[in-house]
Amino acid sequence: MTPHQTDRVATQIINLLVAVVVLILLFLLGDIIISGLPHISWHFLTSPSSSFSAGGGIRDQLFNSLYLLVLTLVISFPLALGAAIYLSEYAGNNWFTGLIRTAIEVLSSLPSVVVGLFGYLLFVISFHLGFSILSGAIALTFFNLPLLVRSIEGSLHAVPDSQREAGIALGLSNWRTIRGIILPAALPGILTGIILSAGRVFGEAAALIYTAGQSAPIVDYTNWNPVDSNSFLNPMRPAETLAVHIWKVNTEGVTPDAVSISAGASAVLIIVILIFNFGARAIGNHLYKNMTGGK
Amino acid sequence: MQSYNLNETHIVTPDEEIALSTHQLQVFYGSNHSMTDASLSFPRFQITALIGASGSGKSTYLRSLNRMNDRIATVKGEIMYRHTDINSRKVNVFEVRKHIGMVFQKPNPFAKSIYDNITFALKAAGLTNKKVLDDRVESSLKEAALWDEVKDDLHKSALSLSGGQQQRLCIARAIAMQPDILLLDEPASALDPISTAKLEMTLKNLTEKYTIIIVTHNMQQASRISTYTAFFHLGHVIEYDKTETIFQTPQIQATRDYVTGHFG
Repeated sequence: MTPHQTDRVATQIINLLVAVVVLILLFLLGDIIISGLPHISWHFLTSPSSSFSAGGGIRDQLFNSLYLLVLTLVISFPLALGAAIYLSEYAGNNWFTGLIRTAIEVLSSLPSVVVGLFGYLLFVISFHLGFSILSGAIALTFFNLPLLVRSIEGSLHAVPDSQREAGIALGLSNWRTIRGIILPAALPGILTGIILSAGRVFGEAAALIYTAGQSAPIVDYTNWNPVDSNSFLNPMRPAETLAVHIWKVNTEGVTPDAVSISAGASAVLIIVILIFNFGARAIGNHLYKNMTGGK
Repeated sequence: MQSYNLNETHIVTPDEEIALSTHQLQVFYGSNHSMTDASLSFPRFQITALIGASGSGKSTYLRSLNRMNDRIATVKGEIMYRHTDINSRKVNVFEVRKHIGMVFQKPNPFAKSIYDNITFALKAAGLTNKKVLDDRVESSLKEAALWDEVKDDLHKSALSLSGGQQQRLCIARAIAMQPDILLLDEPASALDPISTAKLEMTLKNLTEKYTIIIVTHNMQQASRISTYTAFFHLGHVIEYDKTETIFQTPQIQATRDYVTGHFG
C-alpha cells in the first residue's frame, strides 16, 4: 500500500470507531429521553412520591439529589483542591508522594457498594449520623476525592513552568503565584473535573442506599432553618435521591406506574446532568474570560 | 572540540560605578559542579553580555544572580549588591527579585489581560491606587516600546499578542516593578529578525535607567548592544573585557576561537 492509501484506511477506521461511540451515546440518550419525556409533567416534578398508589412525583428526590450534590462538593472540593495543590506545586517526587498517589488510585477503584457499607458502619452507626444527607455526602466525598484530586492536579500540572518562573521572578511568593496565576490558568481543567465528579455523584445509587437512606420524608420547603427537623435544608434527615428512587421503584416498588416513574425519573436525571454540565461550562467560561481577558 | 586551559583567564574590573558583582560564585546541581569561581563586576547603566556555547554555564550564572536557582541548585560564593551579599540565606529573596528583575528566553506573559500582566505583581506588592497603576502601566509600556501598539486594547488577553510583543510586554512587566537591574536570558532567541531589532533598540534605550545583563547566543547581538562582554566556557569565565576587545583583540585562545566561529 502507498502511504496515501494507508492514511485513507487509517482515517476511515478511526472515523468508524468514533461513529460507533457516538451512535451508542446517541442511542442511550435518545432512548432514555424519548421513553421518559412523555411521563414528565409539571405535576410529576412538583408532587411528592407515593408508595402504593399511582400518580406519585419526584419533587423531593430531585431536590435531594441537588442538595446532596452541593453538600458533597462543599466538602470534597476544598479538600481536593488543597491536596492537588500540594501534590502539584509543593511535593517533590519521592516515596511519600508516590504512596499518596497510589492510595488515591486505590481509593478511586473502590466498588461503590463497599464505600456504601463502609459509610453505613462508620458514619451511620458509629458516628450516630443516622441515615442522612450528611452521611451520604461524606460517603460520596470518598468517591469524589480521587477523581477531583487527579483532575485538578492534572490541570495545574498542565500550566507551563514558565508561568511559575515569571511570578517568582517578579518577587511574588509561591502562594501568590499559585493563587493569582496558576489557579486561574487551570480553571477550565478544574471545572471539567468538577463536572465529571458531579455526574458521578448524581448517578450514584449503591453507596447512598446505605448512607442517605431510601426514604424521602415530607419536608417543608418554606422552612429555611437548617436545624429544624422538617426543614428542607436539614442535612441530618434521610434523603432518597433520584438515582436511588429509580433503583427502588424498579426493585421493590409496588406502585402500579413504577415503569413510567422510573422512565420519567431517568429522563429527568439525564436532563439535569446536561443542564448542570452546560451551566457549569458557561459560568466557567465567563469566569475564565474575566480573569484572563479573553482568549 | 579542542581542549583549552580553563585556568588561563583574562578578567578586568570595569573602572566605573559597579551595580552588581560576584565573587567566586559556584553552582552545583546535586554533586555536579556546573559553575566554577565566577568573579565578575557589572557596570551600572550599561549592557553586559554573557556569551558562550550551550552548556557553558552562562544561563545558570545569570539565574543565580536573582536567586532563581534556589530550588534547583546550590549556589556558593558572594553576590554583592549595594554592599550586601544577596546570596546570603538571611536575605529576603522576594525583595531581591523586586530589585533585580528577569526576562526569560520564551515569552511568558500571564494568561491575563495586558493591563493585569503589568499590575498583578504591583498590586501584590501593595500598590492599589488606580491612578498610580494606570501611570505605571503606561510608562512601562512606553519604555518597552509597546505602548503605541497596545494602548487601545489594554484589556485584551496578553496571549493574543505576537511573540515579539509578548516579549516586550514581559520587559514592561519587569520594569514596572522599577528594578535596578534587569537580567535577560536569551530574550530574542524565539523572535524573528524584525522583532529582535525592536527588542535591541528597546534594551539600548533602557540603559538610561537600568543596568542590563543579557545572555545571548548571538554574537552579533552581543557586539551590537553591549559595552562589556564575558565569555563563558565549560562552567568557567574565561574572559571579561570591553566588548570591542573581546571581539577584536581577545587575549585568550578559547575566546578567539569562539568569536571567530571555530566552535559553539
